Amino acid sequence: MDKNLNQDLQKELRREALKRNWRLFKQSKLGMIGLYIVIFFLFLALLQPFLFITGIWNKGVYDPVVGYDTIKDTLLVVECPKEYPTEKYESYTDCPAKGEVNVKKLYMAPGVEVGDMYETFIQPAPPSRTHLLGTDSLGRDIFSQIMEGSQVAFILGLLSATLGVGISTILGTIAAFFGGRIDAYLMRQSDLILMLPSLPLLFIISAFAELKVWHLAVVLGVIGGLGGSVITIKSQALQVKVKPFVDSARITGGSNMKILFSHVLPNVAPLALLFMVFSVTGAIASESVLSFLGLLNIDMSWGIMIYLSQTDGFIFSGMRYWWLILPAGLAVTFLAGGFYLVGRGLDDVFNPRLRKR
Amino acid sequence: MKKNVIEVKNLEKYFEVSSGFFSRKKTTVKAVDDITFEIPFGESLGLVGQSGCGKTTTARALCLLDPKTGGEVNFYNNDVSSMQSIDELEGEELKKFRRNIQMIFQDPYESLNPRWTIKDIILEPLNIHNIGDLDEREEAVSEILQTVGLTPPENYMPRYPHELSGGQRQRVSIARTLIMKPKFVVCDEPTSMLDVSIRISIMDLMLNLAKDLEVSYLYITHDLAVARYMCNRIAVMFNGKIVEIAETEELLSNPVHPYTKRLISSIPVPDPSYDRKVYDVNFDELDSLIEKHGSDKPMIDIGNEHFIATHDVKGLI
Amino acid sequence: MSKDVLVVKDLNMHYETLSGDVSAVKNVSFTVKEGESFGLVGESGCGKTSVAMSLLQLQADNAKISSGSIKLDGLEMVGMSESELREVRWDGISIVFQGAMNAWNPVIKVGEQIREAIREHYPDNTKVENTEKIASLFKMVGLDSSIMDRFPHELSGGMKQRAVIALALSCDPKLVIADEPTTALDVVIQDQILKEIKKVQELLGLSLIYISHDIAVIAEMTDKMAVMYAGSIVEKGPTSEIFANPQHSYTQSLLASTPSVVGDKVKLNSLEGEPPSLINQIDGCSFAPRCPNRTTTCHPELDMELVEVGPEHFVDICSANRN
Repeated sequence: MDKNLNQDLQKELRREALKRNWRLFKQSKLGMIGLYIVIFFLFLALLQPFLFITGIWNKGVYDPVVGYDTIKDTLLVVECPKEYPTEKYESYTDCPAKGEVNVKKLYMAPGVEVGDMYETFIQPAPPSRTHLLGTDSLGRDIFSQIMEGSQVAFILGLLSATLGVGISTILGTIAAFFGGRIDAYLMRQSDLILMLPSLPLLFIISAFAELKVWHLAVVLGVIGGLGGSVITIKSQALQVKVKPFVDSARITGGSNMKILFSHVLPNVAPLALLFMVFSVTGAIASESVLSFLGLLNIDMSWGIMIYLSQTDGFIFSGMRYWWLILPAGLAVTFLAGGFYLVGRGLDDVFNPRLRKR
Repeated sequence: MKKNVIEVKNLEKYFEVSSGFFSRKKTTVKAVDDITFEIPFGESLGLVGQSGCGKTTTARALCLLDPKTGGEVNFYNNDVSSMQSIDELEGEELKKFRRNIQMIFQDPYESLNPRWTIKDIILEPLNIHNIGDLDEREEAVSEILQTVGLTPPENYMPRYPHELSGGQRQRVSIARTLIMKPKFVVCDEPTSMLDVSIRISIMDLMLNLAKDLEVSYLYITHDLAVARYMCNRIAVMFNGKIVEIAETEELLSNPVHPYTKRLISSIPVPDPSYDRKVYDVNFDELDSLIEKHGSDKPMIDIGNEHFIATHDVKGLI
Repeated sequence: MSKDVLVVKDLNMHYETLSGDVSAVKNVSFTVKEGESFGLVGESGCGKTSVAMSLLQLQADNAKISSGSIKLDGLEMVGMSESELREVRWDGISIVFQGAMNAWNPVIKVGEQIREAIREHYPDNTKVENTEKIASLFKMVGLDSSIMDRFPHELSGGMKQRAVIALALSCDPKLVIADEPTTALDVVIQDQILKEIKKVQELLGLSLIYISHDIAVIAEMTDKMAVMYAGSIVEKGPTSEIFANPQHSYTQSLLASTPSVVGDKVKLNSLEGEPPSLINQIDGCSFAPRCPNRTTTCHPELDMELVEVGPEHFVDICSANRN
């Protein structure tokens, strides 16, 4: 028998199966939208190191954490009156107007009088050709920060999801397969984790330990992996366990471990993958919340960007400093949503009952 | 004297069920209650009855899937050339024994792992028992695929179950079962989910393989017409007990037990001109009758190796 | 001569799927007379259930009736609006599905569910009238009238299926379609249900379309029958005539592959190969690739067409020519 031919055929069949799944996924519009979003952010995450390496971006200016740019502007020094209206100003918010600076703000600068022209850095600077999304209050490029943030989001999301789903798949199948006390213990453990409010728990953990991205990924992964997904994976594994092909392996004399790894695990894997995609969403959202509350020891992330705009007092300034809040906020929303939509698309592939003919 | 491949004596399988969510009281369900039969080499016994009568429970107990709760199962052991109780087997011996006993399942869509190729599915028993080297194993798979009529084998080996039709899948099941060269195969309605035109080819295949490889079948079905085609002897099961057991033609032409009569009379006949006999019996009454007269009495032979349960034989013959 | 209740003429139906159109019903024509029982037999996927669904116009969203006519009591049903169809369904035609016994709403009493169906069609009936009607229906199918106040889970499979038959009869239909009503049941219960259906049919003078894969059941239940293969009818005629004198090779193979408990034990013949996939357009004789009686004089490229070979006995032209 021609072995190579055999292997070629096998490869071809596998490729065909992949093609078929891809066709099914493509049918789901939501899934495709999600995929485009995820690819867009992945592109952003990879673009930043490329720009630095090729030297298109100067590290001193564009580095998201230590770089800064000095955009100078010359302003007229004025004095804002105590009473409004005046000839020049209608109300309190009109002073200082565009191109002006209040003399009171310059009390540290020596020898500046009302009526002088004063040269100053504008920070945060609005979007311009050199800084597509402007700079923050320290003169750092927002666009570069968004790119750095998407790197963090991908690392954190994928790492914690892989870890969490790995844990819950193994525990879930073990619970289903062996039953009895192991099952009872694992189920009570899941109940306990489900009952614990996860955000306050994270607050406490971060109060005791300085959390870096890796740490947070492990913590989120373990909490996610011990929680409700164990129960869902277990119910799926229970369905597989009673299938005749498992009985058939048992009659032949297959050991429990062999049956577990070669029959049960591969058949719960699609569900686990689905879980993984959905839990990326959760991880990205949790990171933003924790960073926003200043509980993480991370240099830069989308949550930190919003956090900084808040501590610097720009968050309630409405649309005046929109580039400090909107890009980061939208990035969190879109990437988290994008992964969720990809999950919905995968659901159509793996759940034949939802499939339209 | 025929050599038996398996002897089942007073097999019992009781389940304990708690009667309510909060109550600790347990009631015993007698799923299989005191059944006795033997199957000689190369012969097939049909186990016929309604769903829930204990056919599948019997099969699972014989395949050691679920432990029996009482009785004795003796199996012919080639190594010592004598009958051996399966209770005595342990460890390696038990694993070796499992080679001799296999099962074919009803649903061809559920009995093959959807994530494995046909080759891996058929290879599995060889891998578990570590028989032969890799090339020999592959050779064996290719050979068995030809035996069950899936030719050319290299066309089927890399495929996944969902790419095959129901009949082809059932052939794969049979191939997987026979690759260990077992002496005894339990078949749990292997053709009931197949189409009529494919059903016969599967049944013929099984009959031919039985002849060629000297395999004995315990053939479980609810359809007496199928059992007639497949089996030398038929045992009729009712509520966990065998009520009548005889040679196939003897049983069909001369049924004695009221349940057997009822079962035969309810099979539709593919002939519009044939007028079926109407025979009706109340199953609840029958059940209480059996309960009252006791089921511990042995079955009696009324000649021609035709055994019937004795509980209500008075007044019936 | 009794009048025609249902006349189906040249019915074509296809499913629109991702991989192309699947023609499930091809040029199907048959007539069911008043009080007659008509059998449709064939393997799974041959289109027999698709025919049933087309008759009720209950087919799936992606199914399209491309041509043909379905006349119930002279009333054309193809092209009817949804509200007109609702009048005809249950009133004119009702159906007993294969898994119908599992379709009961588990939280509503069986009697109440039947009452609802009656109320829909006879809004003027009083509650007492309806109760009496259900009781009489139950009696007809061999159920005690106390079953009305039971929930579905309290009934056995056979009882549930009997109640489904009562439901199908509740609006006095002219025609009942039974689509494999006994497939999931045990032989003894199947026997009881079959007897019940036959009894009710004779009692009420109903027309019945009985769909099954089991030719033995068709032999017992029907006066006339049609054999379907790959979406087309290959042979139709009086049941006794077809069993005594099967003309089409497929009918012959079906009969030769059905085991029986009576008569001598005979060697059964199997049919090689598998039914064709309906996704490909099949020109000419769809059975030709599996036909055991193929000869050199065969013309498999000829379009399938039924020709009369005996009194009301029609068979596909391919087999007719050969014989």
